[in-house]
Amino acid sequence: MARIIVVTSGKGGVGKTTTSAAFSMGLARRGYRTAVIDFDVGLRNLDLVMGCERRVVYDFVNVINGEANLNQALIRDKRSDNLYVLPASQTRDKEALTREGVGRVLEELAQNFDYVVCDSPAGIERGATMAMYFADDALVVTNPEVSSVRDSDRMLGILASKSRRAENNEEPIREFLLLTRYSPERVHRGEMLSVKDVQDILSLDLLGVIPESPAVLTASNSGVPVILDDQSDAGQAYQDMVGRYLGESLPHRFLDLPKKGLFSRLFGG
Amino acid sequence: MGLLDYFRASRNKKGSATVARERLQILVAHDRAERDRPSYLPKLQEELIAVISKYVKIDRNKVSVSLERGERQDILELNIVLSDDTVPSR
Repeated sequence: MARIIVVTSGKGGVGKTTTSAAFSMGLARRGYRTAVIDFDVGLRNLDLVMGCERRVVYDFVNVINGEANLNQALIRDKRSDNLYVLPASQTRDKEALTREGVGRVLEELAQNFDYVVCDSPAGIERGATMAMYFADDALVVTNPEVSSVRDSDRMLGILASKSRRAENNEEPIREFLLLTRYSPERVHRGEMLSVKDVQDILSLDLLGVIPESPAVLTASNSGVPVILDDQSDAGQAYQDMVGRYLGESLPHRFLDLPKKGLFSRLFGG
Repeated sequence: MGLLDYFRASRNKKGSATVARERLQILVAHDRAERDRPSYLPKLQEELIAVISKYVKIDRNKVSVSLERGERQDILELNIVLSDDTVPSR
């Protein structure tokens, strides 16, 4: 049986899809059979970030409605044999995601995969609540910024009360904090909430801190999950985060300002 | 002036993350209290307003019902502000 992980945040634009792409690719690269599902019905984007947008034939809603089976709809990633993408429908509206239908698809996926990653849309409408309802674990993607932190806290409330685990009085969803778009420089200057600030407010286990990085845009421009960019800080931070999720204890990197030598102090850089 | 601006700017910047943290701490605590309050409170509040309105004129926005959970006891607090023009009928 697969573990179902929801990538959620409440607020839009904080990095859910980037994270879903990187995290699922990271799990797949470590040998786990992984499926990643786009729950953003009507505003499909995961396929673009994963670079498989031209191979979409059937989608999640087709499978729910029985118009296609899972094997027809799942797109195998060209870079990893272990990774499959289930794209969202671009035309249907979110009401197509019924709890019964989503549950059926997840159950079938769970038979054949080790991990199922659910990329949640922003907001707290049906797509978002469906993405989190069946979850075992939640990655709460948060920017060090007031509205994002507040929305994340709101999502924690929903995870705790409106999930299958909550309704069945099972063990609660494991919740992890992933802080993205972090700028050590701005934290140092006192312009940005620090990791500790956000952690204190949300009191969550910190799974990773992804630094603000040009590599993220470059990666999505070219449809390559940023975790495959081994040279970049963001790519390495995502690799660490996957390791931590799998139980490795790794120190957090990219939290402090790089120490500047005399040379770079004088000449910049 | 340039130098002064520099110091002023850097001092202000120091503040903004701290301000953000303080605002969030208050807001999140408030949100959570709201979230954790029992679901019967809004209905209780409605019914209390209905009963009290039979006897005195009150501004319904000035009625608050809250439940505070303590370690040893929970306190159900009912707070009604009578407006100036509320003259109890004798």
